[in-house]
Amino acid sequence: MSGLAERTGPVAVRRRTVVSAGVPLAVYEQGDAHRTTVLLVHGYPDTHRVWDDVADELARDHHVVRYDVRGAGASGRPQRRADYRLPLLAGDLFAVVDAVSPGEAVHVVAHDWGSIQSWEAVTEPGSGERIASYTSLSGPCLDHVALWIRHRLARPTPRHVGQLLTQAAHSWYITAFHLPALAPAAWRLGLADRWGGVLRRIEGVTPRPGHPQSTLADDAVRGITLYRANMLPRLARPRQRPTDVPVQLITLTKDHYVSPALSEGLERWAPRLWRRTVPATHWSALLEKGTTVARMVREFTGHLDGEPAAPGLDRAGRGEAEHRPFAGKLAVVTGAGSGIGRATALAFAERGADVAVCDLDLEAAERTVELARLLGANARAWRVDVSDGAAVDTFATEVAAGLGVPDIVVNNAGIGHSGTFLDTTEKEWKRVLDVNLWGVIHGCRAFGTLMRERGEGGHIVNLASAAAYLPSKVLAAYATSKAGVFMLSDCLRAELAPSGIGVSAICPGIVNTNITRTTTFSGLSDSEQDARRKRVSGLYAKRNYPPEKVAEQILRAVSGNKAVVPVTFEAKAARFVGRLSPGLLRLAARVNAG
Amino acid sequence: MSTLSPPRNGRAPSFRYDDRDLDRFRELQQLAYRCADRVADWLEPGVTERQAAARLRRELVAEGVEDFFHVPFAWFGDRTAFRHFRTPLQFFASGRVLRPGMSYVLDCAPVVDGYTADIGYAGKVGDNPIWDRIAVDLLEYRDLILREVRARKPLNEVYAAVDALIARHGYDNRHQVYPGRVIGHQVTRVTPRGPAGVNLFGFGVRTLQTLGRELISERLHGRSPLWADGRSSAHPPTPGLWAVEPHVGFRDVGLKFEELLVVTEDDAYWLDDDLPHVRRVHEGALR
Repeated sequence: MSGLAERTGPVAVRRRTVVSAGVPLAVYEQGDAHRTTVLLVHGYPDTHRVWDDVADELARDHHVVRYDVRGAGASGRPQRRADYRLPLLAGDLFAVVDAVSPGEAVHVVAHDWGSIQSWEAVTEPGSGERIASYTSLSGPCLDHVALWIRHRLARPTPRHVGQLLTQAAHSWYITAFHLPALAPAAWRLGLADRWGGVLRRIEGVTPRPGHPQSTLADDAVRGITLYRANMLPRLARPRQRPTDVPVQLITLTKDHYVSPALSEGLERWAPRLWRRTVPATHWSALLEKGTTVARMVREFTGHLDGEPAAPGLDRAGRGEAEHRPFAGKLAVVTGAGSGIGRATALAFAERGADVAVCDLDLEAAERTVELARLLGANARAWRVDVSDGAAVDTFATEVAAGLGVPDIVVNNAGIGHSGTFLDTTEKEWKRVLDVNLWGVIHGCRAFGTLMRERGEGGHIVNLASAAAYLPSKVLAAYATSKAGVFMLSDCLRAELAPSGIGVSAICPGIVNTNITRTTTFSGLSDSEQDARRKRVSGLYAKRNYPPEKVAEQILRAVSGNKAVVPVTFEAKAARFVGRLSPGLLRLAARVNAG
Repeated sequence: MSTLSPPRNGRAPSFRYDDRDLDRFRELQQLAYRCADRVADWLEPGVTERQAAARLRRELVAEGVEDFFHVPFAWFGDRTAFRHFRTPLQFFASGRVLRPGMSYVLDCAPVVDGYTADIGYAGKVGDNPIWDRIAVDLLEYRDLILREVRARKPLNEVYAAVDALIARHGYDNRHQVYPGRVIGHQVTRVTPRGPAGVNLFGFGVRTLQTLGRELISERLHGRSPLWADGRSSAHPPTPGLWAVEPHVGFRDVGLKFEELLVVTEDDAYWLDDDLPHVRRVHEGALR
C-alpha cells in the first residue's frame, strides 16, 4: 500500500477495516466523502487494485470506495467453504455500504465475481434503499444464468443451442475449478508467477505496479472456493431474482469468459436496464479502458442524481435491444438525401438506431429525417458539403454535442463522372476527387477521431464502387477516386482494429439512384450531356437494382465487420474476374462503356 | 406493304362524351366511393380480405350495379404495398385478417348501363403515422398528374415524373406491380354484349371484349389504352376517360387512389373533386 499512501488530493487513499460476520474487510476510500458514493467490487483473482484507473478517474467528483472481498488481498480469509456462499458475500457488501455511507444509498460498480456477488445484493428484496444503481461488468446473476440455460434447453432452437455451446466453450475453467487439487496446484506451481504474461498475451493488458498483486497465488487458490461454494447449488436450484434497482450492463465484446448472449432477456429481471458496450477483453476493460468505464459510471450516476442523460446513455436505456439489432446506436450517413444514403439511413432507423444525416440538399435530408422519425428513430439533418474539411469537422462536433459520438458512420456522399483521362479537365479531376475521395477522408478523420477517443468501438462504412477494381477508360477520374476510397478503407481498418472500430468498403455496382441523373461527362456539350445522362439513367433504371438492397448489405457489413462487400452481381463478377485474370479486365477497360 | 404498317401517332380521336355521359360516369364514381365508404365504416379488426371484398360487392349490387369491370379487391397490411407479390393471383382477396394499426385498400369497378367507374379507396384502422403522412402526400401526385397531362406531355414522361416525385418523397412505386406496370387505363362505355356478371380472371367478360377491341384499335394508331412507362405510352394523352391509379408504398404501408381523369382535345380535369381522399386532406381531418 506504500505506493498509494504517498498520493495526495482526490486520489489519496484512506484505509479502514469493516468487520462483516466476523471477517475483517480491508476498505479503501478516495475523494470527498460528502459526494455521491460509488462502491467498486472486484472479481477473481483480483484485489481492489484492479480498479485503480477507474477509481482515480471517478474520485475527482465522487466518494469512491473499494474493498478486498473476503479471501482476497488484505481482507480476512475464512477457511470453510460455507463461509464463501453468496448471501455472506452480499452481507459483506451491505456492511461496507453501512459503514462508509450510512443512510445514503450508494452506486455499485462490479466486475467478474464481484459482479456475481453484487447481483446477489441487488436482487435482495429492499436493496433499493441502500443501492441507488448497479453497473455490472462480466458477471451475471447465477440464478438468472441457471434460468437462461433451462429456457434454452427447453426450447432447443438452433440459435439457442448455439448460444449454449458458445457459453459452454467460454466456461471450461469453471469445470476445472471443481476438480480436486488441479487448479490450486496450477496456481501454486507457476501460473501465479506467469499471470502477468498471460494477461498481456491473452487479455491485451500491460502489467503494472499493484497488478498482478503480490498476494495473487493465495488469492487465486482461496478464491476457487467461490466457485465451489456457489456454482452448483445455484445452477441446480435457481430462484426468481428480480430487482427494481437501475442496472447499467456493460458488455465487453471481446470477453473470453462471459458471452454477450448471456444477458439476453435480462430486462425480465431488471426492467430498468441500460445496455452499453465496450470493445475490450475481460480485464482490459478495467486496466486499459478505465477512463471509458469511469465515464459510463459517471454518466449513469449523474443521470440518476437528476442530470439530463448523455445521448449515449439515453439510447442505451431504451430497452429494445432484444428486438431491433441497432437499438441504442447512432448512425451518421452522408449524402442521405437520396439513393443509397437515404435507404441506408432508413434501414438503420428501422432497426432501432438514431440517425444523423447530411446532404448538400438540406430539404432532401430533412425528408429522410421525417421518414426516419416515422420509423421510430430520433433523427436530425444537416446541410454539409463533404468536400469541405472544416464543414465536416463542424458537422462531427455538432453531432457529438447534440446526439453523442456515433457508433456507425457511413461515408456515402459521392458524385458520378464519366470521361477518358485526357478528356477530363483539371477542374473536373479536382471536383471528383474533392467529393468522392476527400469527402471520405474528411468523414473518416473527423468521426474516426471522436470514435477512438470515446473508446466504445464502432464502425465506419465507406462507399467505394465496383469501379475501384474494374478499370475503364471512360471512368478515369471516378474509378481513381473510388480506388482511393477502397485502399483508404483497408489501411484505416488496420489502424482502427485495436480500438474495436471496424471499417468496410462497399462496392455497389449498377444501382438505380440519383447519381446517374447528376453525373457529368467530359468533352460533351450541355445538351449532349443531358442526352447521355438520360441514356445512362435509363440503363440503370432497366437494371433496376434498388438502393434498399445495398442498404441491407451495408447493415450486414456492419454486423459482420466485413472488409469488402461487392453488392450486385456485376460487382461480384468483376471482383472474381479481376482475381482470376486481371489482363481480361484491362482488355475490357478499352471498351467505351460510358 | 405500307398500308399494313400501323400509322404511328395517328390523329388523336375526338372526345366522344357529352355532359350527360359525364354526369352518369360521375354519379357512378360517387356511388362506388359511397359503397367503399360504408364498407370502410364497417371494417374492424378480425375481418378478412375476402369478407371485405364480398361486402363491397353486396353494397354495390344493392345500389343497382349489374356488372364489374373487375371483381372487387381488398388488401390489408403489407398486402396494401404488394409486398412479396409474385403472381397476379395474389391480387385476389385473401384470408388476411385486419389487425389494429393496419392499412387497407378497397378497389372496385362497377358497371351500370355500360358506364364504368374504377375506384381505389385507402384507409387504416387505428393509429398509423406512416399512413397519415402518405395520405397527405398522395394529393401531390394528383396535382402533378393533372398538371403534366394538361401540358400534354407524353404519358410515359408523366409516368417518369410520378416516379421522380416518388423518389423525392422516399417511397416506392407500387403501381409497377400491376399487370403491365400500369398507372392507369382508358375507360370507355362498355357495349353490353355477352353475359353480364360473368368474369374471367377477375375481369368481366364484357370488359375483356371492350378492352381487347380497344387494345387492338389503339395499337394500330400507335397508342395504348394502358398507361405505363414503356414506349407504347410514348404518346400524348388520348382524349377520353382515364382511370388513374398512382399507388405508393413505404415499408409495409401502401396507399392508392383511383379515379377518372377527363382528357379532352385541349384540356384535362378530374371528373370529380368531391372524393374521400381529397376531402380528408383538405379538411385536415385524417381518419
